[in-house]
Amino acid sequence: MRATIKDHIRESRLFNERAAVALVIALLLIGVIIARLVYLQIISHEHFATLADENRINIVAIPPTRGLIYDRNGVLLAQNLPAFSLEITPEQTPDLEATIAGLRSLLDISDEEVRRFHRQARQNRPFNSIPLKFHLSEEEVARFAVNRHRFPGVDIEARLIRDYPLGPLAVHAVGYVGRINEEELKTLDAANYSATRFIGKTGVEKYYEDLLHGRVGYKHVETNALGRILREVSRTPPVPGADIYLSLDINLQVLAEQALGERRGAVVALDPRNGEILALVSMPGYDPNPFVTGIDPAAYQALQSSPDKPLFNRALRGQYPPGSIIKPFIGLAGLDYLLLAMGTTSFCPGWYSLPGDDHRYRDWKKEGHGRTDLEKAIVQSCDVYFYDLALSLGIDRIHDFLARFGFGQPTGIDLTGEAGGLLPSRAWKQARRHEPWYLGETLITGIGQGYTLATPLQLAVTTAVIAQRGERIRPHILYARRDPEEPALHALEPQALPPVELAMPRHWDQIIAAMEKAVHSIRGTAYRIGRDAPYRIAGKTGTAQVFGIKQDEEYKEEEVAAHLRDHALFVAFSPVEEPRIAVAVIVENGGSGGATAAPIARQLIDYYLSSQEPSS
Amino acid sequence: MIGHARPERRWGDRRGARILVRGLHLDIPLVLALILLSLLGLATLYSASGQDMAMVERQLIRLGVAFLVMFMLAQIPAHHIERWAPWVFGGGLLLLVAVLLFGETGKGAQRWLDLGLFRFQPSEIMKIAVPIMVSWYLAEHPLPPRPRTCAVALLIIVVPVLLIARQPDLGTSLLIAGSGLFVLLLSGISWRLVAWSACVIAASAPLLWYGMREYQRERVLTFLDPESDPLGAGYHIIQSKIAIGSGGLYGKGWLNGSQSQLEFLPERSTDFVFAAFGEEFGFIGIMVLLALYIFILVRGLYIATQAQDTFTRLLAGSLILTFFVYIFVNICMVTGLLPVVGLPLPLISYGGTSMVTIMAAFGILMSIHTHRKLLST
Repeated sequence: MRATIKDHIRESRLFNERAAVALVIALLLIGVIIARLVYLQIISHEHFATLADENRINIVAIPPTRGLIYDRNGVLLAQNLPAFSLEITPEQTPDLEATIAGLRSLLDISDEEVRRFHRQARQNRPFNSIPLKFHLSEEEVARFAVNRHRFPGVDIEARLIRDYPLGPLAVHAVGYVGRINEEELKTLDAANYSATRFIGKTGVEKYYEDLLHGRVGYKHVETNALGRILREVSRTPPVPGADIYLSLDINLQVLAEQALGERRGAVVALDPRNGEILALVSMPGYDPNPFVTGIDPAAYQALQSSPDKPLFNRALRGQYPPGSIIKPFIGLAGLDYLLLAMGTTSFCPGWYSLPGDDHRYRDWKKEGHGRTDLEKAIVQSCDVYFYDLALSLGIDRIHDFLARFGFGQPTGIDLTGEAGGLLPSRAWKQARRHEPWYLGETLITGIGQGYTLATPLQLAVTTAVIAQRGERIRPHILYARRDPEEPALHALEPQALPPVELAMPRHWDQIIAAMEKAVHSIRGTAYRIGRDAPYRIAGKTGTAQVFGIKQDEEYKEEEVAAHLRDHALFVAFSPVEEPRIAVAVIVENGGSGGATAAPIARQLIDYYLSSQEPSS
Repeated sequence: MIGHARPERRWGDRRGARILVRGLHLDIPLVLALILLSLLGLATLYSASGQDMAMVERQLIRLGVAFLVMFMLAQIPAHHIERWAPWVFGGGLLLLVAVLLFGETGKGAQRWLDLGLFRFQPSEIMKIAVPIMVSWYLAEHPLPPRPRTCAVALLIIVVPVLLIARQPDLGTSLLIAGSGLFVLLLSGISWRLVAWSACVIAASAPLLWYGMREYQRERVLTFLDPESDPLGAGYHIIQSKIAIGSGGLYGKGWLNGSQSQLEFLPERSTDFVFAAFGEEFGFIGIMVLLALYIFILVRGLYIATQAQDTFTRLLAGSLILTFFVYIFVNICMVTGLLPVVGLPLPLISYGGTSMVTIMAAFGILMSIHTHRKLLST
């Protein structure tokens, strides 16, 4: 019911009043907006302009090209080859799983490759492209290209992939690169490696990683919100890594590897004058190329579980009892400490026993060497003479003297993972075995058995010390480097170590003469290589026991299982008058050093000295 | 249609063009301002869409449809609208119920009704039907309205608002609530009552919170602290502020806004087009845009005050204030003053449905203005 009659004029006035209020409120609210805009666009303009630029400009790292590796004569050992890889940018891929499944139906992609992709994808930003498969063949590239439209965010990239043209040759020296793992990611310079996918894993590739890697470059690019690059704004080119030249002579390396053949063993050859490693062989080896992009687990498992241990670097990490190789050093100690005369003799009945003990320490020659002086003891490798000498010296002096040559500690070669060997002492035994030192242990230390262990590298380096009459130089495998955009090679300066100084320098000559006779005299243990040698070699054979024989038993090679046979050892340097090469050879379970190891050394010396002739 | 014969005679001594325009029932100042806005919108859209001519063409077609709707509604005298008010409102309510029963779901909300030929949102009809209905109801009663009249008016508002909130479409339901409440405010209800209801609404805010869907709550939380989720929900607001702020006083120039051209700004041609505009045209450009909007607002309110009866007065006032709410809420949302609610910037944002509704409202405004009867004074 309408009680009131509408008053139009009053209603109109009331409305106008309300409309005016509404207008004022609206204008006030617009005032708020304007105040906000003044704040955003004028007061904070700088701040937001910076933020907009940060949004817009992205820094993209450009990987440097890894330096090449050559041998001393310029033979290429490691290079970078362009290879097609299939890469996925996760952010631009709508359904990652479906994309991978689709790609797998098109190309041959293993579970392992998928697994590795996911691991990499987790470590990267979603707009970075992650390789799924490396080394696509031309045919695979073509097959993908036809179907490309089905796979947004997937691309074929041409990248430089490390390649070792000589395959397994010198693998234990050169090493290989592989994809950076999480562990390495924690320690490396994240900025410099921001575009790098590979890092040196072993060998020279690892030791000289810093040299080979180079400096990362950058480009500032304008990107959109998805991270897609629209335009390059500026660029700082990367600095490629330095090319490096190894002191290895690859021909010598080939020769040594072929000489060892199917046998397990190691060869180290170096120039005693400057410490340059000429050959560093550990056999068997393996092909490093599959490791670069990721070896498939079955193949890796096969390498890992092989009884021949191809992955094990025997030259650097294999620790063997030096056996009779130690004798020239013990002889030197005798000359130096005891002022022993070369002519001093002792009688060798074929065995030795300590006073008050009926344990017989055997000589390798059952019937004995008879009356023996130091020279004969080295030439014929008489054990009894050295039992006696070791007893006279005592373990403390033996330890101190051998330590001066570098036994028991890493040589400091420019390769990682080197083992230090073992030079026993009273203190060592007390600390490690909680036992006192026994006299019998001194005896067997005198013939390089017992606790003493040395790596093939150590044997070569210590032999070089004799060759240089006490001069010690840190062994090295880097010969020279060539920095980017500089044609000149920078040779590495050899680094001298504290020399071994004897009371009488002629003692060197005496020991070297004995070692020379061990090779060249008809009774010498290595006469078979010295017989027809056109130059003079000083050497020493050795046989390292793998298998302990009981007191009343006799070692018969044919009766002992192959893997328990003695290791054959030989060290040598040549020419005696002016040594240019020192060699250590070890053939695992090879039997006698003179028969097995020495001929290998002879081949190396033959080749090396002839290749050094002025005519060639 | 006797009404418009007389004005022609009256204005007959003016220029011929005026006579023609008068016959078209268009308000020239409004039409010019709306065309200017549309042109600004097309230019902004061309830039924000990444120079996508196809998008600009589609928007042009929508604008054509919207102007046509405006023109057609301007031809219908306001008293016809008044007569149909309950029917339009009733029909709208039925459609809303139909949406809840048979509607199509998109993006988690049920808003669309598929009519075979085209899909549309009945809530758009209610944006106009509710102010028409409330104006009609209040105009039947003496003003200022009594409490009982107010209560009925509130009921008219609340029923469609709740139906739309159920879809859920919080932005539209609040907008429609506003358009109805504007009628009540303009009708002259006492300020005391206004203050009292404001208190009630504030007190029931927690209830509203519990009634919200998860994504709606998230929007409010994101508004309160956008940095808490800079790559997720806060991304829109952060990028929008960067776009506007980096535009500075003069702007980066048309087609040169890095935030919009490089696609950092989300929704850059739809709800966040204001940020794209602000980036490229700067503070000065925005002042020009605001001046245009203020002009339309003032002109609309002028038309309302010039209206000859209570119904048209209330309706015109409500429609123009609702238009202002669009602008205010959109700009506040884009500049980070209000939470993100999906309201477009009238005539600038890309998209059709709400544009047609807005232009329909202007058609009604023009009809109200041009169908006035001459009153003897």
